[in-house]
Amino acid sequence: MARLPITKTPKAYVGGKFIRSESRRVYPLNGKKGSFICNIPQCTRKDTRNAVVVAAKVGTNWASRTPYNRGQILYRLGEMMEARSEELAQAIALTGNLSIASARKEVATTVDCVIYYAGWTDKYEQVLGNTNPVSGSFLNFSVTEPIGVVGVIAADQPSLLSLIGLVIPVICSGNSVVALASSTNAYPAILLGEMLATSDLPGGVVNILTGFRHEVLETFASHEHLRGLNLCLDKDEQKIAETLASESVKRICIHSRQTDQAWFDEKHKSLYAIRNFLEFKTTWHPIGA
Amino acid sequence: MLAKSKAKPSSTRRNTVELLFGDLWEFDPAPELADPKLKESYALFIDGQFAAPRSRKYFDSINPGTEKALASIPMAGKADIDAAFQAADSGYRKYWSKMSGNDRGKYLYRIGRLLQDRSREFAVAESMDGGKPIKESRDFDLPMAAAHFFYYAGWADKLEYALPGANFKPYGPVGQIIPWNFPLLMLAWKIAPALATGNTVVIKPAETTSITALKFAEILQEADLPSGVVNIVSGAGNTGQLIVNHSGANKIAFTGSTEVGKAILRATAGSGKGLTLELGGKAANVVFDDAPIDQAVEGVINGIFFNQGHVCCAGSRLLIQESIAKVFVRKLKHRIASLRVGDPLDKNTDIGAINSREQLQKIERLVEAGVHEGAALFQSSCSLPRRGWYYRPSIFEGVTQSHRIAQEEIFGPVLSILTFRTISEAIEKANNTAYGLSAGVWTDKGSKILKMSAALKAGVVWANTYNKFDPSSPFGGYKESGFGREGGKQGICDYLKVS
Repeated sequence: MARLPITKTPKAYVGGKFIRSESRRVYPLNGKKGSFICNIPQCTRKDTRNAVVVAAKVGTNWASRTPYNRGQILYRLGEMMEARSEELAQAIALTGNLSIASARKEVATTVDCVIYYAGWTDKYEQVLGNTNPVSGSFLNFSVTEPIGVVGVIAADQPSLLSLIGLVIPVICSGNSVVALASSTNAYPAILLGEMLATSDLPGGVVNILTGFRHEVLETFASHEHLRGLNLCLDKDEQKIAETLASESVKRICIHSRQTDQAWFDEKHKSLYAIRNFLEFKTTWHPIGA
Repeated sequence: MLAKSKAKPSSTRRNTVELLFGDLWEFDPAPELADPKLKESYALFIDGQFAAPRSRKYFDSINPGTEKALASIPMAGKADIDAAFQAADSGYRKYWSKMSGNDRGKYLYRIGRLLQDRSREFAVAESMDGGKPIKESRDFDLPMAAAHFFYYAGWADKLEYALPGANFKPYGPVGQIIPWNFPLLMLAWKIAPALATGNTVVIKPAETTSITALKFAEILQEADLPSGVVNIVSGAGNTGQLIVNHSGANKIAFTGSTEVGKAILRATAGSGKGLTLELGGKAANVVFDDAPIDQAVEGVINGIFFNQGHVCCAGSRLLIQESIAKVFVRKLKHRIASLRVGDPLDKNTDIGAINSREQLQKIERLVEAGVHEGAALFQSSCSLPRRGWYYRPSIFEGVTQSHRIAQEEIFGPVLSILTFRTISEAIEKANNTAYGLSAGVWTDKGSKILKMSAALKAGVVWANTYNKFDPSSPFGGYKESGFGREGGKQGICDYLKVS
């Protein structure tokens, strides 16, 4: 008789811990023909606020790591994902929307995306920052700084690639992230949490919530401590988000009506995805005795 | 008159004497007499032509130094804004989008040169219309405005070096709204990078300071800039709203108050329009006990009283280390006593007129609030002209962080003084505001400057200097002071759609 397998309870990943929603609510993830797979935590506005608190707390530590160290940690995340890539592919294909071949391609593209940004951590400053040749006897230089905690809402599909594509360019410069995973297939994001936990990334730099956009969108948009938003939204959601975000003058990047295929485009990996969540600081100092 | 200073003589310190000025002698008037060549009535500049407003409405521009009307200014209405964007669109399609970067740059060089030619005339007009001292409009606003055109002229055919590896294209027609504190300079900050990157422009000067913008249109004609590339429309807040909400504006660049900035964010939500916002500030100027004190006093004075304090990056919160607070404040008060407040056109004037009656009333209200909340007010005893809107340079001692004068932007010659003991307290207090535009640090220690520079949440940090600007130096804020940068290589990115 075949062995009865152990099923895994999916949990969100917040502050380096695997948590259920504070509300204890779940929603079912179903496979092909509606067969039950597991229950996904249905995170709330309160869960979102808690995650922002944690992200803000560890953010300064992450931002103060050396760029070399941040690069190594992101590379380590790539290693963790590569080693479990088949498991990630199975998770993507779990709901039956994608073939296993497409899922494998998505995982490969996702891991390459992590490695791409791992390489940028100690280089983007050299391309984006500069000294400024002002007319006068001053040393004047512009350097970049991370903006703080950034909210991310991933596309429903490609669930893993869109999540990584939105999170990694943001954290590579020292920001921290509160992310909402795909609502239709959160399982790859739940596995990603386990890989983040074993990648030496300080707990709380990336926080992954699961649940529904309509329940937490307004909290993402209006939370004062979220300094930026990197979101996959449709037009109506964009208007809600931008209206609510106006009060705290957030930096917003909306990826609307992005076709699934666009995420696989080489051009999607870009220095300018990092730049979107940087502040430029310019310092003047007189030159003289 | 020579008087002995109050400092006690000591073996190591010579018994010094100081010159007391005060009101002992009156300065002779030294007015700048260049002709500003003002017209009685101005016209909108749309599609390369001067045109009376279709709205048929006009308003007066008042000289804040005398309270007399200077000229009649058109109030652009909906039909005017429609025409302006139509012109900007056809200017973009017919000329500007087809022109090489090299030629765009040549036009900007021409504009910079023509502005230099007429700079004294423009400086006088600027001081009459806005109230700033002639020495500032002559030595700062005008040269800096021309310098911006020169700087961005050179970028127009080199954009790919500013954005390595990027695909980019201009927005097309953009709407720009500028404030009254540096009217022509803000116009240059907006127009020069927009044109260099290949956009066309509909720009609105502030209601109280339209004259130099409308005079600038003459320069555009003299430069033979293709019609529709720059359209200049005057008006008040309603005109600004028409620009922000216009479907033809692919991007909005705004400099002004945080309140209006947030309204623009709400109005453009979901529209997909690009945005640059340069909003308010409440900058901390932090003075450590190892700072060169006399130099710091000058820097603090310049930081808050430059342009009557009508500066978004004004050093309006002075944070002094407790151990030197007493001597520092004494020197400040002494220095303030010799600031000359008066006729903006007088070459000896340090502090000119407050831009408008409305702004004067706002300053008075906030100063009242400061007194009411318990801070100690000190004002210069200088005489003020009988007519015109003027305000004495003022400082508040004993300010706490919760006071309105420590949190709200006063935009006038009013300094709030707070003290601190440790560097971490200084950082916490400096950052304890919703704004994050600029900050100042005064210390003799290099490592402390670099630590402070990194810790201060502000887009510009002046170390052992203050209120320095340059076209090559990006300017713009953190947090609720807005986003995007103006100036420098970074200023290019905000006028291009980058992918």
